Amino acid sequence: MNAMTLEAAGRPARGTAMPSGRVLRAYLTEARYETLRMLRAPAFSAVFLSIPAVLFLLFGAFLFGDAIRADPKSALFLFMGFSTFGIMGPGMFGFGITIAMEREQGLLRLKRALPVPPGSVLLAKMLMALLFAAIIMISMIAAAPLGHMRLSAGQALSVALVEILGAAPFCAIGLFIGTWATGKGAPGFVNLFYLPMIYLSGLFFPLPKSVQWIALVSPAYHLNQLGRTAVWAPSQGSPVVHVAVLAGVTVLFTLLAVRRLARVG
Amino acid sequence: MIAVNDNAAGEASPAVFEQNTDCLAQLSGVTKRFGSIVALDGLDLEVRRGELLALLGPNGAGKTTAISLLLGLQQPDRGRARLFGQSPNLVEPRRRTGMMMQEAALAAELRVGEQIDLVSSYYPDPRPLAAVMEMTRITALAKRPYGKLSAGQKRQVQFALAVCGRPELLFLDEPTVGLDVQSREMVWATLRELVGGGASIVLTTHYLEEAEALADRVVVLAKGRTLASGTVSEMRSLVVRKRIVCSTTLNAGEVAAWPDVLSATRDHQGLHITTTNAENVVRRLLAADEDLQDLEVQRAGLAEAFTELTQEVS
Repeated sequence: MNAMTLEAAGRPARGTAMPSGRVLRAYLTEARYETLRMLRAPAFSAVFLSIPAVLFLLFGAFLFGDAIRADPKSALFLFMGFSTFGIMGPGMFGFGITIAMEREQGLLRLKRALPVPPGSVLLAKMLMALLFAAIIMISMIAAAPLGHMRLSAGQALSVALVEILGAAPFCAIGLFIGTWATGKGAPGFVNLFYLPMIYLSGLFFPLPKSVQWIALVSPAYHLNQLGRTAVWAPSQGSPVVHVAVLAGVTVLFTLLAVRRLARVG
Repeated sequence: MIAVNDNAAGEASPAVFEQNTDCLAQLSGVTKRFGSIVALDGLDLEVRRGELLALLGPNGAGKTTAISLLLGLQQPDRGRARLFGQSPNLVEPRRRTGMMMQEAALAAELRVGEQIDLVSSYYPDPRPLAAVMEMTRITALAKRPYGKLSAGQKRQVQFALAVCGRPELLFLDEPTVGLDVQSREMVWATLRELVGGGASIVLTTHYLEEAEALADRVVVLAKGRTLASGTVSEMRSLVVRKRIVCSTTLNAGEVAAWPDVLSATRDHQGLHITTTNAENVVRRLLAADEDLQDLEVQRAGLAEAFTELTQEVS
């Protein structure tokens, strides 16, 4: 009503109308620069992009190559484990550490004052994490034959899709940590979730029966099992439950984080 | 207490505001607390079209909080904040607004040109990149990563980000802190140009000469309230005190006891006298010491006016 009154009173409307093309461009520009930032931080990008495939090759080809060639099940186990492990990193660390630091340094505050389109900052980070996840999956699939993991084109595509989308819950967890932790504390806090999750989801070591139930609350476990389904390999649990848990974790942590960001920025 | 509140003259009530197109941003009766600290205490403030308004006040006076509320960064506990007649939480009014915050670490990995490109993308009709860099004298920095700039260069880039969207209203929170003399003059010249082009500017500053050089209107805040507002010369005239400096053999203690003398101290320059009636004191000085030399009478600058005003409340 106010705006109408003002315009009726002869105020030029310059500056208020934002064509939708420009709004879209604003979202894309944010995503482009967010990705560029991360690619220019080699400590982040080099580590997260290369480590999964490098470790997969180290274990699957060099150290235990002969044993694994004879046992396709362990090749799959290693391939899925390192894929899921790789997917977790960019989301959890990318969001967790950058959000905490940007909050602390006042960048998020500035972005809240600037006319940034709604959700654009988070969306940009999400796209960055998905892009990183895609690069990781491409490198894993390229490394697969050397680690004695045979994938058909269809299997490769389907496991890549599942794992890339599976980055979402880890982005949400990272985001949530980032809204609570300080810039200095964030790496520690993220590791507090990240390292136990790797172990307790049975990514690399089969869990003892007594603690297997813990895996059920870990998104990494559900993503790992869903990844097995995606290559038509035997998996535990129902895919519907896996998808529901992953989606639930994403929504829950995103809502908690967004609520806190709106208050503390 | 000196308080020339312009409530009667210019402060529009919310009802009047709807028709008042010359009011771009407004706080009405705003109270904001942080825990037990009252940052703003029923503050009324309005920013009019085409003016450069300087917000002055000691640390903790509420200057930054006032700007934060007008930008939607914080919500008032009581009262109302309006930006272009709308809630500052909406993105639309902020598309007509540019800002430079006190502390904002931009992404270190992005280059200067990229930073401006990114912020420009938020606005409907931004200035061309080259023009922004030319205007703020940072063309030579275009390809440099932001993280590699000096503190002063970073402030210049932040200033460029504030103006790149062709805003009608600019909020600048201590824009020239840490700038060298040339950069500060560049900022001043650009601000004058922008105001000449019809933009409105709200500036907080600790540098009184900055307010004296630029401001159409000054609002002095202390403890979250408006202490005084008016033009720079109105602000000065609030303070009737004058300062007399001279070389004399007269004893400072004796002079301090004269009528109209508020204080008298001696240093290497001579005797410094603060008075409410310079003429009388000068006459008496000349009568008492025939050899008196280097007589100077100064009118209080904004600095003195400001110090006096803020001391009144503390």
